[in-house]
Amino acid sequence: MNQMTIRDDLRVVARHIHAGSRVLDLGCGDGELLNWLIRRRECTGTGVERQPDAVLAAISRGVPLIELDIDHELDMFAPDSYDVVVLSRTLEALFRPDLVLRQLRVIAPRIILTMPNFGLWRHRLRLLSGHMPRSRDLPYTWYETPNLHFTTLVDLEPLFAEVGLVIEKRIPLAASGRPQTFGHLAANLMASSAIYVLQRGVPTPSADHQRSAKRQ
Amino acid sequence: MADLGDSVGLTTTHSVQLFDAAHPLVLASGERLDEVVVAYETYGKLNADRSNAVYICHALTGDAHAAGWRPGDRRPGWWETMIGPGKAIDTNRWFVISSNLLGGCQGSTGPSSINPATGEPWGLDFPLLDMADFVTVHRALVAHLGIGQLHAVVGGSLGGMQALQWALTYPAELTNAVVIAASSRLTAQNIAFSAVGRQAIMRDENFLGGRFASEQTNPNVGLAIARMMAHITYTSEEGFQSKFGRNPQRAESSPGFGVDFAVEGYLEHQGETFLARFDALSYLYLTRVMDYFDPFAVKNALTAVIDEPVRFLVVSFDSDWRFSTEHSRRIVRHLATGQLPVTFRDIRSPWGHDSFLLKIDSYLNTVRAFLEARSDYRGTSWERS
Repeated sequence: MNQMTIRDDLRVVARHIHAGSRVLDLGCGDGELLNWLIRRRECTGTGVERQPDAVLAAISRGVPLIELDIDHELDMFAPDSYDVVVLSRTLEALFRPDLVLRQLRVIAPRIILTMPNFGLWRHRLRLLSGHMPRSRDLPYTWYETPNLHFTTLVDLEPLFAEVGLVIEKRIPLAASGRPQTFGHLAANLMASSAIYVLQRGVPTPSADHQRSAKRQ
Repeated sequence: MADLGDSVGLTTTHSVQLFDAAHPLVLASGERLDEVVVAYETYGKLNADRSNAVYICHALTGDAHAAGWRPGDRRPGWWETMIGPGKAIDTNRWFVISSNLLGGCQGSTGPSSINPATGEPWGLDFPLLDMADFVTVHRALVAHLGIGQLHAVVGGSLGGMQALQWALTYPAELTNAVVIAASSRLTAQNIAFSAVGRQAIMRDENFLGGRFASEQTNPNVGLAIARMMAHITYTSEEGFQSKFGRNPQRAESSPGFGVDFAVEGYLEHQGETFLARFDALSYLYLTRVMDYFDPFAVKNALTAVIDEPVRFLVVSFDSDWRFSTEHSRRIVRHLATGQLPVTFRDIRSPWGHDSFLLKIDSYLNTVRAFLEARSDYRGTSWERS
């Protein structure tokens, strides 16, 4: 068997995907994770990507790839057509992360999500010094970033509850992509990014949501 | 002779009789044809284990001559952009088979062929055809060539529909299906365009109930009009505008009802040249097959292919309004319900439906990457027996 290695953070994601699963990888890049899951874990699946070079790289690997707009064209996938959806550094680049999560919850019972943490202490220091945060997980200048939304882990988690996703596991990552063992609040300060394993649950409207509903 | 460049070079069109009275072709309708001849070409070399064959299915008005040059040709085969040494369908790597389909008029048996029972051209006595009948004849040619398994079946437009039909009904015979600018169910608008084309032909005073060949005439006016109108649907508003704009046909002209604008001259030329190479009856029969094609409406349409999964590449072009991107998305959605390995791209191109014939790098690179990718999925539910 030829040597096949994958990025550290993808390895952590892969560890939470059962062998033989049907995997939908949104923002799959060059198909590195899916290729590994197909060749090593007997998974099947589909990648979704739009960046032209990445699309060709994934197709060249034999990874099935569908080119579509995640914000507007997820109706391509039928309810429960996958066992798990992976969103690796993709949610923050979508137009409406909340609406997408609501749709994904229908497509698969499990979602594995990686998000950069805006609340990292280094980001806070950058803001205090008057500059926008930049780090290994948020490497872009404000004008060229593909990210449309920035959140801290503390502000991210209520969204899961609101759309009906239960946190099965939270894995804070260091900038290197290696897992760390922080508690919830420490993670918000110390983690450069985090992986969430989410399960389909019952939606609980947030306080924000109820307030806006009352106003109407 | 033009520079061959990265072309397959000189090609020969072969002819083979695949069905005869002793072994007739039984059509999907149950009717029989006692004589079926097929014209075909091949490019590249079949490898020792006969595993590198790629079958090309042509569109409505295509023929067996998909690539290279025949003596006297003024232009190369119709898919020269796609097929050749080092091209997307690389003839250094693949053994390419291209045939004229049943019902056609470029060397294969069709409605203007001689009916062996009467010694006269078939005319409208030729039986109605089905997409499945095209595939039956393709499979007979593959068997004739001694090939058991195709690496891929590739087609654009009506050709893509044949590739889809083949993959759904005989999935064990192909590893990959490439379905480009195709449809799995024509819309009312699609059928309407076909209907007007057919009406133009059938209302031509020389159509003579389909017996025009016996009477040594041809419904030239109707066939040319059908082609001109269809051709408009193969391009796009932007494509026409950038090519012709409102340019006049001649430097000095006074307004009238002749060919005043360059676009009118172009359409007239399209109609005229079509008459020399295409048969009015084939036009009727082949467009009708497209109108009725609806493979996912068949009961248990996906059962066979789920059992023996084919890798699919579905490609659309964003300016195609003949078979819009939504047609391709529909194919993808259906295949996805069977959990099949499907790749889909919507290629940006201003040239409309005909984009599948043009040199568009992102499109050609996609086809190449797909065909040359690893296509086994050992141990997964996509593994083939």
